[in-house]
Amino acid sequence: MDIVVCVKQVPLTAEAEVMVDDTGRDIKKERLVFDVNEADNYAVEEALLLTEKFGGTITLVTMGPESADKTIRSLLAKGTHEAVRLTDEHFAQSDAFATAKTLAGALKTIKFDLVLTGCYASDDGYSQVGATLAELLELPHATMVTGLQILDGKAKIERELEGGTHELLEIELPAVLTIQTGINEPRYASILGLRKAMKKPIKVMSLKDLGLTENEVGRAGSKTILERLSVPPKGEGAQILEGAPEEVSTKLAEIFRERGVV
Amino acid sequence: MKEILVLAEHRMGELRDVTLEMLSKGRELAQALDAQLVAGLLGRDVAVFSETLKKWAHQVLVVDDSKLENFNADAYQKVLGDIIKKRQPGLTMIGHTSFGVDLAPPLATQLGIPLITDCVDIQLKDGAPLATRQVYGGKLISEVSFVGTPCMVTLRQGAFPVEESDLKGKIAAVDSPLTEEITCRKFLQYVEAVVGDVDITQADIIVSVGRGIREEKNMPIVEGLAEAMGGVLACSRPITDSGWLSSDRQVGQSGRTVKPKVYVAVGISGAFQHITGMSGAETIVAINRDPNAPIFSVAHYGIVGDLFQVVPALTEKIAEAKEN
Ligand SMILES: Cc1cc2nc3c(=O)[nH]c(=O)nc-3n(C[C@H](O)[C@H](O)[C@H](O)COP(=O)(O)OP(=O)(O)OC[C@H]3O[C@@H](n4cnc5c(N)ncnc54)[C@H](O)[C@@H]3O)c2cc1C
Ligand SMILES: Nc1ncnc2c1ncn2[C@@H]1O[C@H](COP(=O)(O)O)[C@@H](O)[C@H]1O
Repeated sequence: MDIVVCVKQVPLTAEAEVMVDDTGRDIKKERLVFDVNEADNYAVEEALLLTEKFGGTITLVTMGPESADKTIRSLLAKGTHEAVRLTDEHFAQSDAFATAKTLAGALKTIKFDLVLTGCYASDDGYSQVGATLAELLELPHATMVTGLQILDGKAKIERELEGGTHELLEIELPAVLTIQTGINEPRYASILGLRKAMKKPIKVMSLKDLGLTENEVGRAGSKTILERLSVPPKGEGAQILEGAPEEVSTKLAEIFRERGVV
Repeated sequence: MKEILVLAEHRMGELRDVTLEMLSKGRELAQALDAQLVAGLLGRDVAVFSETLKKWAHQVLVVDDSKLENFNADAYQKVLGDIIKKRQPGLTMIGHTSFGVDLAPPLATQLGIPLITDCVDIQLKDGAPLATRQVYGGKLISEVSFVGTPCMVTLRQGAFPVEESDLKGKIAAVDSPLTEEITCRKFLQYVEAVVGDVDITQADIIVSVGRGIREEKNMPIVEGLAEAMGGVLACSRPITDSGWLSSDRQVGQSGRTVKPKVYVAVGISGAFQHITGMSGAETIVAINRDPNAPIFSVAHYGIVGDLFQVVPALTEKIAEAKEN
């Protein structure tokens, strides 16, 4: 079973200060650390589990700058087989649709039985690329997958709905599935794996390799335009208790006592 | 723009909240644009919903077909795609739900129209919709415009208040274009949420732990606080994803909605998908070392600090307070 996994390198912003750059349309990247998007890490693990069971190869595909190679290598180190990076100045400012269009261009040059993506990228959070890709490739799809079993050319799938509810469905392969976090337990790469991955080639493709025109990619191929990024207005917000741990704890314990909590 | 179309969402015999939220926003936009607000209702035996929907829309289109009994993105795409091609609504609204993220992207792609997902607001600028979204886990907001109309949006659940409405919309049946069952994708069944030994939705005091706890071996730190407070332990998604607590302890969109008297969020950043499950708590306390964490905008009291120092100190002070 040959599997393509689309992976995106994203900035880790949970603990970082995120600042808007001078264009007003992007963030300042200098001080941020980048890594694989969380859901994509689970998609890679799912692909590893499937190829361990059924054989076949895993090809990683990413659209991004050369600096994404670091993330790609960390995923190659886990035992994925091949990697393709799509890099071209024309891809800049792609929206979710143009991203999917570019990825679809690359996927048309690769043989696969299954495509996995993450269900949500933690930077722009569209939850859109995977299912768009499916439509462009004219393949069936299921999003937010939290369980997957392959049987006789079909996939039995568990999808996450709201409030802890799930649905089970069956889908014909090849298909595009968008993987939700928690579906498995992603492994860590071994030191040996990391060493081997340093020597693996990463194939780079540009616009001319994808059979697409300038007008179909990047900002020109996008159907939506990011006009402006800004820091959300500070609402009322929390009353911040100041002081050393001891001191703030005393204040908070007092607040709890006043409210009859303890 | 002549028409705004809102796709009604329902599951297991219930209209989902996002439907009236979308219609409320839709009505505001329709008024400003002097457009008709149309609700699209797809399903089987769904007449009961049309009675509700007609109060919120100028027209309710009902497609009743046994092949639409359960949500199937492929079936919905065909039916809704046909309706949109025929009526050409300037804007189509779908919920940013599990169901919506499965349907909207392929549908918009098939129709060749722009889609902006997970919108928390839509304004009109020179008569064209301009969407507001949250990015980077809620640390920034983005304004996004469409390249041309017609266009499509998915709206975030819970982001738009439901306004009372008393329109007396006409109900119109539309023939289903589905001639055969969709075979490439088949719905099998629903699996309802499991209820474990502790029901966090009933708890008065909740200590909730997030990725800031870092390792499973650190969990006793927050267990200790929960115990001292006489509360139960809950968590954000990464904790259940890692298997450190069972899924019935997860608070948020894909977990439980809780309304305790006190909710103490420890090492939780405050992503919308989490906040939506706990913002109804009476008193919210956040302990986080990042002063810019979005959780501080919903919390009533905040402590900016290292949980590994603050939580043990707090546990001790509460134990002392109890003794006195
Ligand atoms: C469809 C969908 C559904 C989802 N459903 C849910 C849901 O139901 N519930 C849910 O919670 N999430 C849900 N999520 C995930 C959500 O988007 C966030 O990824 C998640 O809530 C983040 O959890 P967190 O705050 O624990 O982790 P992070 O965002 O990584 O935040 C960790 C926080 O800990 C703080 N921290 C780190 N170390 C310390 C320390 N020593 N002391 C103090 N603070 C520290 C950091 O500053 C940071 O703010 C969903 C996502 C999707 C796409
Ligand atoms: N630039 C990219 N390169 C490769 N895959 C991507 C890219 N952008 C998005 N994806 C994939 O699409 C998924 C969903 O992204 P999004 O629709 O932006 O939330 C991600 O988890 C990735 O698997």
